[in-house]
Amino acid sequence: MGAITLRNLHKSYGGHEVIKGVDIDIADGEFCVFVGPSGCGKSTLLRMIAGLEDITGGTLEIDGKRVNDVQPRERGVAMVFQSYAIFPHMSVRENMAFGLTIAGASKAEKAEKVQRAAEILQMEHLLDRRPSQLSGGQRQRVAIGRAIVRSPSVFLFDEPLSNLDAALRMDMRMEIGKLHKQLGATMIYVTHDQVEAMTLADKIVVLRDGKVMQAGAPMELYHNPANRFVAGFLGAPSMNFLAVEVLEADGDHAKVAATAMEPVTVPLRGQRLVAGAPAELGIRPQHVTACAPDQGSLHGTVALVERLGSETVVDLTMRDGTTMIAAFGEDLVFEPGQRVDLEFDPAQAHLFPAEG
Amino acid sequence: MRSSLTSSNRAGWAFALPGITLIFAFIILPFFLAFGFSLTNQRLISPNATRYVGLENYRDLLGLAVVTLDAKRDAGGAIERDAEGRPEFPRVRSVTRNPDYPQYRGMREWFRWTGGDKAHVVIASDVVFMKALFNTCLFVLIVAPLQAGFALGLALLINQRLRGITIFRAIYFMPVVVSIVVVSLLWRFIYDGHDGLLNNMLAALSWGHFRPVDWLGNPDTALGSIIAMSIWQAVGFHMVIWLAGLQTISPTLYEAAAIEGASKWQTFRYVTWPGLRHAAVLVLIVITMQAFALFTQIDVMTKGGPLDSTQSLVFQAVQRGYGLQDIAGGSTISVILFVIVLTISLLQRWLTRER
Repeated sequence: MGAITLRNLHKSYGGHEVIKGVDIDIADGEFCVFVGPSGCGKSTLLRMIAGLEDITGGTLEIDGKRVNDVQPRERGVAMVFQSYAIFPHMSVRENMAFGLTIAGASKAEKAEKVQRAAEILQMEHLLDRRPSQLSGGQRQRVAIGRAIVRSPSVFLFDEPLSNLDAALRMDMRMEIGKLHKQLGATMIYVTHDQVEAMTLADKIVVLRDGKVMQAGAPMELYHNPANRFVAGFLGAPSMNFLAVEVLEADGDHAKVAATAMEPVTVPLRGQRLVAGAPAELGIRPQHVTACAPDQGSLHGTVALVERLGSETVVDLTMRDGTTMIAAFGEDLVFEPGQRVDLEFDPAQAHLFPAEG
Repeated sequence: MRSSLTSSNRAGWAFALPGITLIFAFIILPFFLAFGFSLTNQRLISPNATRYVGLENYRDLLGLAVVTLDAKRDAGGAIERDAEGRPEFPRVRSVTRNPDYPQYRGMREWFRWTGGDKAHVVIASDVVFMKALFNTCLFVLIVAPLQAGFALGLALLINQRLRGITIFRAIYFMPVVVSIVVVSLLWRFIYDGHDGLLNNMLAALSWGHFRPVDWLGNPDTALGSIIAMSIWQAVGFHMVIWLAGLQTISPTLYEAAAIEGASKWQTFRYVTWPGLRHAAVLVLIVITMQAFALFTQIDVMTKGGPLDSTQSLVFQAVQRGYGLQDIAGGSTISVILFVIVLTISLLQRWLTRER
């Protein structure tokens, strides 16, 4: 019904290439999230799937059919925009029925489908209002309702929650997750928010500069990032990177050391590194633990403390002047300037070749 | 602490004074004077004192009646007919100068229609004013929809991202920048009956079959010619208003419509046109007001002729006030025009209100 295949997709504006050969397979019914920093091309990619942007090169297939040159309306997709894009002069009901009105559907059909979509989204009481009388969250609900009414095989979301405040964003995020389970349709969701990506996705596609950095299930990406970029992008606070030197490397493990750290042996996880090569050691802030004085492999002084109640995030200045973040899963008291000794589980660390 | 800007009000008023004085002297004061003059017999220069006459000026202008004339019959009771077999009717003056009908005194025939042996004659106290009123309304009714429509068409055409589109914008806007007096003079040459550009072009396009028309000298074509030229002249101005309206419509609305499957016409019908509502109100009211103020084209091109076929209200107001030195009559026409324009503007606002 809604399987999508991107093969070596390219997009250029004039001479400027923004999508540089993207291959993605999205299975029918899958919730796929495109995530990446701004300017990485994730929205462009979504708009290419929608048919709002021409495809410069490569193939886009929906259900095995090449749709590069098919009009947006014939692709069987519905899209929810960041700015909602609901028509200001129409009531909520008219907005939701818009696609059916365009297609010349009967009044009864429109009433029935709008009613059903409104029930799914629990917004029957809003149907006769004007968009100007709605809050941001309600407007986005209308936009989603308009998408549901057309019962498309593919839903496209372009940063749908970015204009909402934090509390509402969380509610709507859960709602979209429920909606996916309820409808079982393919959904492609663009966001720069990694929490949305991690919580919603069956598959995350991390993009950077128009290229796919890694694609896979959220936890696979989190635990086994293929490169330094993905490792740094997913997880909050971001992963710490320490410049290290590889002392010795066998097939699976490498022994690394740095000026601020005693030598440790870490798993290679498929990275190819040889002795003497510069590398970066990635340690998630959550994997760092405080230990008794002069015991751990890392030593720093506290620069900043953020106590969140359930978690304490500490900004540390290391012996060699670099900074490091540690996140402790409990409420701890630190004073700025205090010396802290830390250790980490080498088995959970990641080693990447140094960039550049 | 108050800044010198907010405290020194005196300087502000001093700067504003010349402008306020001029506006008061030449716009606000005359506006109210017109109401006053319209109730008197004020003349531009007269040795006689001005007298209050109540609504007489309005009666003299607006007096209108329909009289029915029965066909003349001979001694045997048969209808008298002219050489072409049409019934003959008594002259209108048999009614308007009849002491039995004092209410029709001084009125003259405007137009008539005949049915069988009866003729219905519309008589008016001031036939020239009635013609001016009719022409002005006709002018507005034709110019407002056509000019607004053409302007919208042009705005849609130039609201595209094409190379060199600004050249077209400039070309369409150019007639607006040129003085209407100059434009009127130029179009007098174009419409010339002997060697005008329009006649020559039509003759060339029809391989000489077209017989030259004296566009401005023929009562049947004069008003139409002025209408065509007026539409052309100001279309660029309204195009710019439409264009501004078009550019306020969010592009994502078009994208949403495209994904929902709207055709070009449906996109216009459901996205563009509703988004232009405010521009539409503005364009309609401005065109209506400008069209009611029709004067310069008439003054330069036809002076109301031929046979009063291009008389307009403002032209009549000016001609009476200054040509005939009848300030009271001119003021009365101005007040009537004001009431008409105000009514129509309020009506348009009400019809296009937010529901």
